[in-house]
Amino acid sequence: MRSILAIATAALIGLAQAAWADTEITFYYPIAVGGPLTKVIDGYAAEFEKANPGVKVKPIYAGNYDDARIKALAALKAGQPAQISVLFSIDIYELIEQDVIIPWDDVATSAADKAWIKSFYPALMMNGTYKGKAYGIPFQRSTIVMYWNKDAFKEAGLDPEKAPANWTEMTQMAQKLVKKDASGNVSRWGVMVPSTGYAYWMFQAFARQNGQDLMNRDGNKTNYAHPDVIAALQYWRDLGAKHKVMPEGTVEWGTLRQAFTEGKTAMMWHTTGNLTAVKGSAKFPFGVAMLPASKQRGSPTGGGNFYLFKKTTPEERKAALAFVQFMTAPERAADWSMATGYVGISPAAYDTPKLKAYAAEFPPAVVARDQFQYATPELSTFQTGRVRKLLDDAIQASLTGQKQPADALKAAQTEADKLLKSYR
Amino acid sequence: MRVLDRRLPLLETAAAWLLAVLWIAPLAYAFWAAFHSAAMATHFDLFGTLTLDNFRKAWTYAPFPRHFLNTIILVTMVLAAQLVLCTLAGFAFARFDFAGRNVAFGLVLVQLMVMPEVLIVENYLTMAKLGLVDTILGIGLPYMASAFGIFLMRQTFKTIPRELEDAARVEGCSMMGVLWRVYVPLARPTYLAYALVSVSYHWNNFLWPLVITNSVNTRPLTVGLAIFGAPESGVDWAVISAGTLMAVSPLLVAFLLFQRQFMQSFMQAGIK
Amino acid sequence: MRNVYGWLLLTPAAILLIGFTHYPAVATLFDSFFSTGTVVRPSRFVGLANYALLADDPIFWQVLRNNLAFAAGTIPTSIALALLMAIWVNDKLPARALVRMSYFTPTILPMVAVANLWLFFYTPQIGLIDKVAAVFGVPSHNWLGDPDTVMACLAVMTVWKEAGFFMIFYLAALQSLSPELEEAAKIEGASRWYYFRRVTFPLLMPTTLFVLVNATINSFKLVDHLFILTKGGPDNASNLLLYYIYQVAFSFFETSYASTLTVVLLAMLAAMAIVQFQLIEKRVHYR
Repeated sequence: MRSILAIATAALIGLAQAAWADTEITFYYPIAVGGPLTKVIDGYAAEFEKANPGVKVKPIYAGNYDDARIKALAALKAGQPAQISVLFSIDIYELIEQDVIIPWDDVATSAADKAWIKSFYPALMMNGTYKGKAYGIPFQRSTIVMYWNKDAFKEAGLDPEKAPANWTEMTQMAQKLVKKDASGNVSRWGVMVPSTGYAYWMFQAFARQNGQDLMNRDGNKTNYAHPDVIAALQYWRDLGAKHKVMPEGTVEWGTLRQAFTEGKTAMMWHTTGNLTAVKGSAKFPFGVAMLPASKQRGSPTGGGNFYLFKKTTPEERKAALAFVQFMTAPERAADWSMATGYVGISPAAYDTPKLKAYAAEFPPAVVARDQFQYATPELSTFQTGRVRKLLDDAIQASLTGQKQPADALKAAQTEADKLLKSYR
Repeated sequence: MRVLDRRLPLLETAAAWLLAVLWIAPLAYAFWAAFHSAAMATHFDLFGTLTLDNFRKAWTYAPFPRHFLNTIILVTMVLAAQLVLCTLAGFAFARFDFAGRNVAFGLVLVQLMVMPEVLIVENYLTMAKLGLVDTILGIGLPYMASAFGIFLMRQTFKTIPRELEDAARVEGCSMMGVLWRVYVPLARPTYLAYALVSVSYHWNNFLWPLVITNSVNTRPLTVGLAIFGAPESGVDWAVISAGTLMAVSPLLVAFLLFQRQFMQSFMQAGIK
Repeated sequence: MRNVYGWLLLTPAAILLIGFTHYPAVATLFDSFFSTGTVVRPSRFVGLANYALLADDPIFWQVLRNNLAFAAGTIPTSIALALLMAIWVNDKLPARALVRMSYFTPTILPMVAVANLWLFFYTPQIGLIDKVAAVFGVPSHNWLGDPDTVMACLAVMTVWKEAGFFMIFYLAALQSLSPELEEAAKIEGASRWYYFRRVTFPLLMPTTLFVLVNATINSFKLVDHLFILTKGGPDNASNLLLYYIYQVAFSFFETSYASTLTVVLLAMLAAMAIVQFQLIEKRVHYR
């Protein structure tokens, strides 16, 4: 089935080499993982242009996800449209409310096109689908995984090849891994989970592991105050406040990776997007594992999808479709995954010889994929910016001890209800 | 009771030095870190091997040359416009007695308090209507009529003796001629001072350029630096130092070379 | 004739000023009485509803408190330091030029660059401050992640950047003081502190006022570092009014609520302008 798909996609692209009347595709994309990846994107664009004379592709690097959304929407408002953009997978409701995007189903009309839409991992399509239609096509997707320092494990007398499988194990192992120096100050923590930047994303993992999702599929109701959700936040807080395996207060997203590679923490929860960077800078053997389970395993998906804007001509839409199909083809997806650490977005990508060989020599590359069966979509609702900030603030308030998890989450839920009531 | 003495007592001298060391330490540390590898940056191996790796990496991570160009275009454009507009307006306020002059001047001074970046929401909408979003002109336009500049020029022009103007008039100069031949040359020190203040300000301006620019082609250094420093996967301290130093070096070097002029400019501006 | 000419000269500047200062200020006020328009739900007049929302918004009050606390923390400190620096640099200090350069250099850097650097100073465990603290046996602290310390840390960084700038103005003023006063005081046997308190400081009043106004405006205007360091967190502990306006306008797309917040900001700036003018009328000693 998969090889048929690969052939179909190749055929599609072959067909797409029909002469276009000079069409230009502009798209904004965020680099969520730092590095000279703009050159990679530019490379892909150039490749596509060569194979499709008549279409010009203009990629514009917009910063992080917030920047990309702000910029793309601002450009639309200012009448300088982009045709497609890679935006946060969770911006979908905002974009729909502003009536600026159309589902890919509208342009992907042929049988091969429809097969293409179905060729991605279902876990990655969850955030991009609304009322049965696919508005977002996965491109740079990630999920949270656990990185662990094998040397630190050995030092603490733990089996360096075994990561904790559940919350209890994680707490116990972390306690053994905490190292203190002569004056009693902690020189290495057991585990660190970042709570700035995308605190809500990390928290979704905890909540999912405790059996709960934080919003409904229609984007108009949040689930912040369920007892299991509160328990999940309590566990996160306890790691720092009670078990002392994590620093108290908020843990900075941006500096966590360096803290890990400097040996300041034995385990960290972070995005797979960091994989290539950690591989390059860690001076010790490290492992990557699925996140530990509570009632079950779980991890949210994250990252960016391709969206198609409404203000586009039929010519532009055809060209855009061809380009996005090109960008998400198994070969490209495999290449992109290896360059960045983002997950391969389709089973076909993992079947390419390139990625197969890479995974064989570097098993951590497929942990994220294996975790897909436990995946949950990233937090996304109408008024998504505000609704997410409510949760972020509640999480930070709990972790810094300003509020009790129950109070913080209940207050956030009340506020979110006020905002989302009118969408129900 | 001690007699007043120009030389500072030893304790104060030491304190002044200590403060100076503390003050320059952060920059010195960043400087040191940029030339050493990331690992050394956190282990503080003072005489570890020097490396230019960080600069190379930073250079590829963000299009610094383009950002430099954008910034230079921006500050030049803004300064040029400011010099012209503020001279004209300052001249008007200094030498012309027109109806509503005081009210107008008061309204000008409002901008000293209410800068364009406070009104980002509305100014963004205005720019969108004018089609100037994501253009360098769009960054500079709100600042071209500078209340501070107008104020400075007015003060300076007021100090120029009327006799000079009268003499020029006698020789048959028009109003503009008088302005160009008499006032402008005599105000040269003020222009220089103002230029330094303006360039510093706009080189370092961040919020408004962030809001109004979308793409690499228009972003100035400050915005580029912010984006460069904030990828999702986290930051490498040594590379950030290198990139930051690269971005601030032109102004820093200019400052170090022309310290006296810089400080004189700010002082002059302050006195007025 | 001169009348018309005068206005003519003023016109280009006037157009820009009105376009980007006065008109937006009025438009902001106007917008605050309407709801935000989306494609689906067009904007409509809502009177004071936005202001009611404002009064009910705990983040707004937090942000206001933060701004006032920030101002209170940075303004007196930077002014005092600036004055001290100016006095030291004005006198015969060995290596004076170097010291002066040290004090002034941070001012030349853009705030985002400063923030980039200080982010790593404040990083727990591997950052400079914690490393230095470790030498003294002080435990590592989550400086930016602790609501109790984050504002103080931001204030320290801001003072570091701003004090040198204000020093320059004091330096200019000090150098314009007549040396005869000092001679006279010396002859009379006045102590340095007495001379400072009774003569120098009052004579520096205009400068102090100028610096005060500048510092106050800056404390409301300077939010660049939040983009890099804390984004207003943790839980809005370091959020400031202008940054909140940016979040509301460009992250939440609620332009009319952002306008409402801007009106508050404008009102505060206007109040300060009035206070400044009053003070200048009454208390300043001009020579």
